[in-house]
Amino acid sequence: MENKPLIGQPLSRLEGYEKVTGNAQYAAEYNIPDLLYGYVVNSTITKGKILSVDVSDVLALQGVVKIFTHENRPSLAWFDLQYADMDAPPGTVFKPLSDNIIRYNGQPIALIVAEDLETARYASTLIKFVYEEETFNTILSQNLDKAREPKIGMSTPLKPPPPKPTGNFEQAYASAEFKTEAKYRHGTEHHNPLELFATTTIYEGDGKLTIYDKTQGTINNQLYVANVFGLKYKNVRVLAPYVGGAFGSGLRPQYQLFLCVLASLELKRNVRVTLERKQMFSFGHRPQVIQSLRFGADNSGKVTAMNHNAVGETSAYEDYNEILVPWSHKLYPAANTLFEYKLAPLDLATPIDMRAPGGVSGMHAIECIMDELAYKLNMDPLDFRLNNYSEIDPSTQKPFTSKELKQCYKKGAEKFGWHMRNPKPASTKKGNRLVGWGMATGIWDAYQFPARAEVILTKEGRLEVHNATTDIGTGTMTVMTQIAADEFGISVDEVSFFYGDSKKPFSMFQGGSAITASTGTAIVAVIRELKKKIIKKIKDSPNSPFKEIPEDQIVFRNSGLSVKKQPDLFITFQELIKANKGKEFKAAKLAGPDLLKLRKFSKATHSASFVEVEVDKDLGTITVTRAVTAVAAGKIINPKTARSQILGSMIWGISKALHEETLIDPNLGKYMNANLGEYHIPVHADIPEMEVIFAEENDGLINELGVKGVGEIGMTAIPAAIANAVFHATGKRINDLPIHFDKLMGHHGY
Amino acid sequence: MENNSSILTSLTINSKDYKLELLPWVSLLDTLRERLNLTGTKKGCDHGQCGACTVLCDGKRILSCLTLAVTKNGSDITTIEGVADGKELHPLQKAFIEHDAFQCGYCTPGQICSAIGMLREGKATTREDVKELMSGNLCRCGANSGIIDAIMQVKEGIDHE
Repeated sequence: MENKPLIGQPLSRLEGYEKVTGNAQYAAEYNIPDLLYGYVVNSTITKGKILSVDVSDVLALQGVVKIFTHENRPSLAWFDLQYADMDAPPGTVFKPLSDNIIRYNGQPIALIVAEDLETARYASTLIKFVYEEETFNTILSQNLDKAREPKIGMSTPLKPPPPKPTGNFEQAYASAEFKTEAKYRHGTEHHNPLELFATTTIYEGDGKLTIYDKTQGTINNQLYVANVFGLKYKNVRVLAPYVGGAFGSGLRPQYQLFLCVLASLELKRNVRVTLERKQMFSFGHRPQVIQSLRFGADNSGKVTAMNHNAVGETSAYEDYNEILVPWSHKLYPAANTLFEYKLAPLDLATPIDMRAPGGVSGMHAIECIMDELAYKLNMDPLDFRLNNYSEIDPSTQKPFTSKELKQCYKKGAEKFGWHMRNPKPASTKKGNRLVGWGMATGIWDAYQFPARAEVILTKEGRLEVHNATTDIGTGTMTVMTQIAADEFGISVDEVSFFYGDSKKPFSMFQGGSAITASTGTAIVAVIRELKKKIIKKIKDSPNSPFKEIPEDQIVFRNSGLSVKKQPDLFITFQELIKANKGKEFKAAKLAGPDLLKLRKFSKATHSASFVEVEVDKDLGTITVTRAVTAVAAGKIINPKTARSQILGSMIWGISKALHEETLIDPNLGKYMNANLGEYHIPVHADIPEMEVIFAEENDGLINELGVKGVGEIGMTAIPAAIANAVFHATGKRINDLPIHFDKLMGHHGY
Repeated sequence: MENNSSILTSLTINSKDYKLELLPWVSLLDTLRERLNLTGTKKGCDHGQCGACTVLCDGKRILSCLTLAVTKNGSDITTIEGVADGKELHPLQKAFIEHDAFQCGYCTPGQICSAIGMLREGKATTREDVKELMSGNLCRCGANSGIIDAIMQVKEGIDHE
């Protein structure tokens, strides 16, 4: 019996049993003997200095072991660079407890370590800080005058500044027959994965630590801990076999890791630090952004001029960058473009990438102004996109490795029934509700990072695959197993993928929708290496039936070796091991993108979303009732888990458009809704009927697998599609997200 | 907590009897996670806002983070670890796997315990009812459709019996 090809099969998650039975263990769930509990204390002022700390009441409490503040923090690594993780933006990285300066509200200023969680938490209410407060700025719209060019740093190549202007925008815009300009405002958002950030540190002695941490990058955090605490890399092991969501918040080591390790090393004890939900609002977030766009078109409905200007929020100590503004020119071939991006430093924590960073905010503005322009031209919004469709990348004039966006438009529109749309705003009613249909385009990069994988054909004839990547809920473990099994001609049951461990071969952090392309490609490469080794061995062994068979005729299938046109000549992997005197076969290999080849191409994933909303005529409440997203993202390894990625990101898009926002009190400089009751994310009752379509996209150039990644693309078109649908329903353009009923009723509140 | 006298508390958890010396300020959630190593029950907010800590107490779904353990003296608690029948998964657990009703898996135990309690309450007739009655359980990954699909499949199975 032939093995079915595993790539393309909708396998259920291989770790499903662990997750539905409660056996899956997350960072705070390791049962370690003699464990101490750390509780973080956060600043209650926004900017200033700590003048004094009074810990006497805390020390009097039975069960308190130690209090760490800036006054007794042991001296650690001196240079800023030693604190810089792989995702650190330009600037000076924040070093917890290193001085008495308060940079933002909620900054960690003490760690209380106690024998149990309740005591540590209670003790945190007894510590007294005396501050000297300074005036501060936390609202972007009030600080646009502070906007300046972002600094250049190590992460700049991954997040380059906007491209240079092309043509002459001002002239082209002035003379454009149709034009429109608009301003778009996005508030703060926090990732809020459901698992709280937590670290459990096991003190192994002799400068050796085993750390269970909530992270998207085991090696990133291993290097951080070793550099900061002066430990040998090999003595620091960071494990994250299960990660309860992260969405970008785990791309950098968070402060509970630092504090937990500090306590563990100082006390020579096992320590756990878990953040509270309110503390999940005290580090990275999606920044406030204000965007101004001007787009012009000619009589034939061709976009001729595009200006996209954005100002984003960053902290006073690091320059967090997003790629916000250049996306329109990867889609629409306007001859005159002007893209500008600046940062305004505010007294807040440094923002951090949050699902589809930059792209989702930028595309919201771009696809809303495209909709507005389509209305000015009296064109159907979809026809307007097709009229400006480009097979090549207009910004580089290079062809795409593949681009099936047209198929997304077609299949999405058909499924949705777009052709039945009456273009007139506020024309469709359903009882007391106005019905609106909107659409938008989505785009995201197709990243691939270098990754190293190791494979072992074990004595038992099983295949072991090793790589340090995490699986943050993306289905990575299942997908990597499928890729390995397919490439080696073995069944999924006979493959074990070992991951989520800094001891394993290199992987970048899991971000940018890049891991399937990165680790997946490395797995293909290393298995090919392993197969070569095996073939050489078997051809060299005496009396081998494969001796005279040309190398390219030997195939791996059905958990053994065979010959292309002689399926009867077959030995199992077990027999192979026996022939190898019972010894295992091993290979390791680093693989990365083929930069020489890819230099000649642009690469991107694309999507098109179609959305129906209903708006209550009297109350202005908005409900998404239907949503269709068609995605072109190359080869889909597992349609079940990939569909879940798209569904999840569509819900993130709905949330960004209609629900979530962290609100800052400008007088306190503090987030006022730092809890899940007031930070609104969609609940089950908010979820509409949703459809996901994957376009057929064969990409023979991008990498060996032809994959591009699906973690973020499903989100990028949704906010604009919703805003456009709200316009279609009501005739009102609301450019501030999230769109709440009060904005529709005319009270913008800003 | 200057006067820290613990209280003897009897709990039956997943058919096993426990006698515990507990301080009154310890939540049922922290009793399960930190004292009994039953970490299948999750802490997502500790404020009754996310539903990740849902367990069944005398058959009814409750939020273990908002429950002080000592107040449940004599109660019968079922956590996610006690939902399956030995190795044989509960129909909801099977349906969750089949419908890909989770991604990161962190809200999953709470969703499953809540769904068991919700179906027992017998108030849900339609899919919309189920969505409404399950809305106390948040899922940040956005696996909502799969969760409701899985519950509906099991509910229809029960309804046809």
